[in-house]
Parts: sequence; C-alpha cells; structure tokens
Amino acid sequence: MKRIDRSSKVRTHFHQAKWDEPIIFELSTPGERGVSVPKAGQAVAAAVGDGVSDLPAALRRKERPALPEISQNRLLRHYLRLSQMTLGADVNIEIGQGTCTMKYSPKVNEQLAKKLWEMHPLQDEDTAQGILQIFYETDQYMREISGLDKFTFQPGGGSQAIFLMASLVRAYFESRGEDRNEVITTLYSHPSDAAAPAVTGYKIVYLQPDPETGLPDPEAFKAVCTDKTAAFMVANPEDTGLYNGQIGELVKHAHSVGALCCYDQANGNAVLGVARAKEAGFDMCHFNLHKTFSSPHGCSGPACGATGVVEKLIPFLPVPSVEYDGKKYYLDYGFADTKYGVTKVREFMGVAPVVLKAYCWIRMLGPNGLWQATKTAVLNNNYLFKRMMSIPGISAYYEDGNNQRVEQCRYTMEQVTKDTGVTSGDVQRRMMDFGMHFWTSHHPYYLPEPITLEPTESPSRKDIDEYADTVAHIIKECYEDPETVKTAPHRSTIHQVDERWMDDPEGWAITWKIYNRKYND
Amino acid sequence: MTKIGLIVNPIAGLGGSVGLKGTDGMVEEALRRGAEPLSNARAAAALRELLPLRDTLLICTGADQQGGSCAESLGFKTRILHEASPRSDAADTRALAKKLIEEGVRMILFAGGDGTAADIYEAIGEKQPVLGIPAGVKIYSPVYASTPKAAGELARLYLAGTLTTLREVEVLDIDEELYRRDRVDVRLRGYLTIPEEKRLMQGRKAPSPLSEAAAAHAIAGSIIRDMEPDTCYLIGAGTTTRRIMERLELPNTLIGVDLICNKKLIEADVYGSRILELSEGWPLKLILTVTGGQGFLLGRGSQQLTPDVLRKIGKENIIVVATQKKMAALGGQPLRLDTGMEELDGQLAGYYRVITGYDQVVVAKAE
Repeated sequence: MKRIDRSSKVRTHFHQAKWDEPIIFELSTPGERGVSVPKAGQAVAAAVGDGVSDLPAALRRKERPALPEISQNRLLRHYLRLSQMTLGADVNIEIGQGTCTMKYSPKVNEQLAKKLWEMHPLQDEDTAQGILQIFYETDQYMREISGLDKFTFQPGGGSQAIFLMASLVRAYFESRGEDRNEVITTLYSHPSDAAAPAVTGYKIVYLQPDPETGLPDPEAFKAVCTDKTAAFMVANPEDTGLYNGQIGELVKHAHSVGALCCYDQANGNAVLGVARAKEAGFDMCHFNLHKTFSSPHGCSGPACGATGVVEKLIPFLPVPSVEYDGKKYYLDYGFADTKYGVTKVREFMGVAPVVLKAYCWIRMLGPNGLWQATKTAVLNNNYLFKRMMSIPGISAYYEDGNNQRVEQCRYTMEQVTKDTGVTSGDVQRRMMDFGMHFWTSHHPYYLPEPITLEPTESPSRKDIDEYADTVAHIIKECYEDPETVKTAPHRSTIHQVDERWMDDPEGWAITWKIYNRKYND
Repeated sequence: MTKIGLIVNPIAGLGGSVGLKGTDGMVEEALRRGAEPLSNARAAAALRELLPLRDTLLICTGADQQGGSCAESLGFKTRILHEASPRSDAADTRALAKKLIEEGVRMILFAGGDGTAADIYEAIGEKQPVLGIPAGVKIYSPVYASTPKAAGELARLYLAGTLTTLREVEVLDIDEELYRRDRVDVRLRGYLTIPEEKRLMQGRKAPSPLSEAAAAHAIAGSIIRDMEPDTCYLIGAGTTTRRIMERLELPNTLIGVDLICNKKLIEADVYGSRILELSEGWPLKLILTVTGGQGFLLGRGSQQLTPDVLRKIGKENIIVVATQKKMAALGGQPLRLDTGMEELDGQLAGYYRVITGYDQVVVAKAE
C-alpha cells in the first residue's frame, strides 16, 4: 500500500467543505416538526388555562410566527454543514488575528460555565454564594495582577470597559468641579481609546508614532498635556507589539497637570506577572477577560472588560460590587457616590460565565503560571518574528535599535506589493486555501499592506512553523504566480465576494424578512 | 575628480511670491509685480551640503544664472557647457541636460519646479541619476528632495557611496493654466531615476480623493464653531481649507489666500503687503493645510504668505488643518517649514495641534 506523504508543512491539498446549503427558511416544510410538544393534561389545563388567554390582547400574535418548520435530523445536518464551512478558532492555527489574543480556551471551563445556565441574576444572594465568591475572588486576583484597588466586571466587552474608564474620568472631574475637555491618546492605541472618550464628550488629541521608534514623542505629549487635559488613555504595548518604556514618564507628567491616566490593557497578555498598572502610576486600567484570561471571544457578544481603579475612584464605579463579611458574600451598593457615580454600564453584574471561565483559568495556572504564559507568548512571538522577517519581501516598521516586539507584531508586505502588485488583502484570501487565515485587525490602517499576527502562548513550535511556512509559500507564489494569489481563494467554501454590495445600504438584507421584502416579492 | 551636472532654472518659483500660481508664461508679470528670483539661492543651499567633497568634484553647468555663478561663488571647480538665452527658458534646460549626458556626469542636480523636471525628462529620459532641488511654486513630482538642504545631503550621500540604491519616480506636472483657475490637474510626464533615501524625499502628492470630503467638512465645522469675532482669518490654499469657505458660503481661491473677518470675505486672493494693509489693527490668524503626501506647512504653494505676514501672525496664531488620511500618509514625519528664511522657519518650528476632525487633533512637530 502506498504511504501518504505528510512531510510538507504546507497543506497544499486542503479543501474547505462546501455544501450548497440553503438558508434554513428555505428548508422549511409546512407541518414538519422537530419536537412534538404534548398537549397539557386536563389537570394542568384546568389550573393554568391554555397559557395564552391570560396574555393581554395587545401582546398576542395575530398570525403564527414565520419560523422554519423542520425535523431534528434535518436541523442538525443543516448546522453541522454550516459549521464545517467555517474556519473557527479550534480548526485553524489561530495566529492570524493579531491584537485579539486568540489563546486556547480549555474546554473544561466551558463545561463548568454551563452550570450557570441554571441560575438567574435576580436569585437571592443566599442561593448564589458560589458565583458571588467567584466574583469576589476574581476581583482579588485582578487587584494582585494590576496593583489597583478595586475591579468591576460589569462592562460587556473591551470597548465598553474603555467607555467606563472615560465615564469615570468625567464623573471624577465633575465631582471636583473641574472643567477639562481633552483626552490624549496615541495613534496606535486601540481606536476605542479615542472613540469612547469622544462619545463621552471629550476632544481627542492624538500623538503620532515617531517614524523611527514607533512610539509617541514625549515632548509632543508634554506640549499638549495641560490643565485642559482630563485623561491620557493609552494601550501598552500597542498593536505594533512595541512596549513603551517611557510610559511612566508620560503618566508622571499627566499627573503633574492634574490629569488621570487610563491603561488599556487589551494587550495585557504581554505583561502578566511582569509589569503592573500600579507601578506605572495609572489610575485605572481594564483587562479583557475574553482575551488575556482565556474566556472565548463572543463576536461582540458576551465578553468582559474587567475595569480596575485606584482608591480615590472607587466611589464612581458601577454598582453593585461583591463584598464578603467573613461569613457570606453579598451585593454592596453603599460604596457608590450617588450624585456623580457611573452607577451602571450594563445590567446586573456583567457576563457571569466569562468571569467564571477567567477565574478557572487563573486558578489553573496560579501566579507563576500566568507569568509563564506571558513569557511563552513573548517567546512564541519572537520566534514567529524571526521566521516572518526571513521571508523575502516581508518586513516590519520600527526595527531600528532595541525595538524588541513583545507579544504581537504588525508586519508589512509593502515590498511584495511593490514588486508584484499582490496586496495584503490578496494574501489574506489565499491563506484560506491552506486552512488558515489572517484577519483585518490592522486598525488604524497606518502601515501599508499590513499583516498583524499574535501567536499567544498556545501554539507549539510546530504550529508556528506551519503558519510561517504557509505565509512563506504564498509570498513565493506572489512572485512566481501572482494571478493565483490575486484570484484566491480557490479551495474555500466560497470564491471572492463582490464587496460593492457592502457600500449600498439599500441592497442590504440582514434578516430573512428583509430579504423577502426586498428580493422575493 | 567626479563630474556632476547642475541645472538651475532661474525663473522657477518667480510667480509664487506675487500671487501667481506658477511661472509658465508669467515671467514678465511676475517681475512687474516685484518678484525676486529664488532658485539660485536654493541651489546654493543644496550645494553647500557638498562642500566637504569640493576638492573631488567638477561641476558641469550652464553659464551665470543657469548654475555657473552659484557653483563658482561657493568655490567649486566648474565647466561651463551652455550659454543660456537672455530669458532662459525650457529649451535651455533641455539643451544643457543633453550636454551633461554627453559630458558623462555621474548625476545631475537641478533646481526648479515640476516643469523643470518634465523638461529634463524630455531631454534625457530615465537613464541618468538626477535629483531635484525644490525651487518651484508648487511641486508635485517626488523627484524633488523635501528641501534644498536635504537635496544636498542626499547628493552627498550618493556621491560618497553611502547610498547606492536608485529608483525610478514619476515626473508629475500640473497644468498651470488650470491651476490658476483653481483646478489641480496632475499629469504623469515620465520617469526619472533618483538616489533613494526615504526620509529625505518628497512623497508623491495626490489630489485629495472624494472620501476626504466628509473629513474636511467635519474639520470646517470645528474651525467655524471656534472662530473668534473681530479677528481676521487668512484661509490658505488647499482642498481642506476650501471646505471652510464653502461652509461659510464664501467664494474661495483654491490655490491662493483669502482674507475673512466675522465670517465675511474681506478680499480674495491676497498676498504679501496687501494682507498687512487689510489686517492693519486687527488680530490676524492663519488657517493652513498640510501639502498632501509631503507635509509642507509653508513654502509650497503658499509664497503669498511673505515673511512679514508670517512674522505678524506668529506661531501661536497659525491653525493647521489636515485630514487624518493626509497625516497618516506622512508616516509620522515632521511637518516641513520652508519659508526660504531659516530664522523664520526657526521661529515657527515646534509642535502644532493639527485639526483632523470635529473635536479631534493630531500633534505634529514642524521643523
């Protein structure tokens, strides 16, 4: 029997599943059912009626809901087929979503989090001691990790956490009667660091990266940081993967003019157990539990931007917090400043399953494990960096001097584009032909033809090699056979999408109902 | 002895300081308005950077104003290959360029504007390494170094063998006739080969794309909201600043400077002494935009803003506007001041808050 040759690290024979699968509404057959719900027994019906008549007339449907009618096995087949046509985090070597920290999320934590399905946020505290303890202890852990004095888990994502930080800044200065109207950030900080304070009414002052070092010019900062400055909001490291060693100096200057300093730690995977917000002098910070602490990402859905503050800002945090009186855990509303405090940014306590999964991950690793995770993530990234930089045509800006990358890097294939006309977007699509991808997480689009990669601590050296080999293979193709790359993907579920539709809101159909109205009438 | 070529277009840039957009066909008018030739001074600023190599260089050039007097005044050994007609024109530039090729020079330095670059391309094509010293009114071609001094530095590095990479760049020209009618029509005229050193070269300047319009609209909104009463505002040239005039429903000179006060037009297309005359006794502020892709704040397309005007305004009253995209295209390079007077450039240097949107600024250093 012929042995299959698996020596190539590049999956040249990969092909994504392709099912000509209809929309589920198109599979609907009138009368077909997945579950036949039995009619209520006589005794039940006598006690509660038919379950509908008690509803106010205005709330009752006049027509049956337009839901697909489909049997269980057809439904299961439908969704399994769809799942095969995705390139999810557990299928590909998830290095290509730089800035998103796509580390492996242990499945056991998912199982534990399912326990929360049985709970309700309005349950009596006495019956929710377990999850309250987890909130309380996660707060303690985050305090230790950051050095700050208290955390809230209410924000449902990173941007909401940044929005909370901006709101805390506003609340703080309002309580002091100070009129400050500017927030300084850097161009390479996450766009939310500008967008959130803009939404809260601040004027945004951007610092540009120095063309040599990639870091903001401290003198420029000092030139604009005045008594009008409410806050300095900054990510460190930024998405270039460069750590700003002068951050302490900037924070010190901001404090000297009375401004607050907010640390966006969405890139916190670079510094766990290594550097803390407190030592750099920050007044508040946020971590994405769904990135750095291994809770999976939720597609802008359930996530958690744990936000911590120093003592003087605690009264402005959202309510409630979880406290412990030595015997039991309870919800506390008493700490809040009722006049100026932020009070709420989301209902209840935030997304409890995300906090639970982060708690489990922290407990699994312990303090040394967190440090080891960061060290491994940095090592992985620097190994990948060496591999990437050895690919002809790929380079990175700000290479001069001692600019070592920390946990990620934004590369550029500018030279390849100049030489061959093939763009970063083309290579992005070609990656899918090998069962991989890199994403468009290059905001702001400041560097030409970007590729932003972040391996985290999860992939093995073999994984990183496979990823780098695939990039190298495609870059070689750019020079030898550019048409193949430009017309990719060839082995994916669908071919190139005509994106002109995206520019025309009139043509959008984001629900089946709208699709029918616009196209099926 | 290394032979290098030098071509100075003595009339380049004449039109700018007297409110004319470009010099093509306008020499008489420019001189009548009192314009003073600048291109020889700019060429000298570049040549000064070559003084360390003086003993090893032979500068082949044209007589007098076409390069000879400038090179000789700095003590360079020269060989005169061409006698220009009394009113030097494009034919003289082309003739000298051809003679320089026959002479076998290692590179050609030329001082002029977009028209000069196009003439050189026509004469010699892309086979010879060249480098532009900016001296024209508006410069679109990336064949020019960002300042005369930078051109000199780049030439020195190339001649010394420190820089060895060459690259072809576009020679762009704009139709000056259209330009005077406020239309920027950039045309590709050919290619020239230049020594490559990214930091010192001017990026190719492109007319602002449509998508920039919304950004410019937001910038205009921010500016208008913050305008102070009884204060004169000079609105500089450019598509970004034009939006301010549009939002105020005022007529606007695209390539020129307009003076407004209390949101009313005082006078369109003003320059130099006229600005001082009109703003006498009033606070005066200047709204400028950054030249796309090149980062010039002053000295490119803004020669109407004479040193006296800029001194009266002062750094603190200069308001800089630019879209984020334009700023991003500069890649963090500082904004360039090139008023033609080093001392004034020094006074205006420092950090500027460049307004890039509604309640949004980017901090940029000008030097």
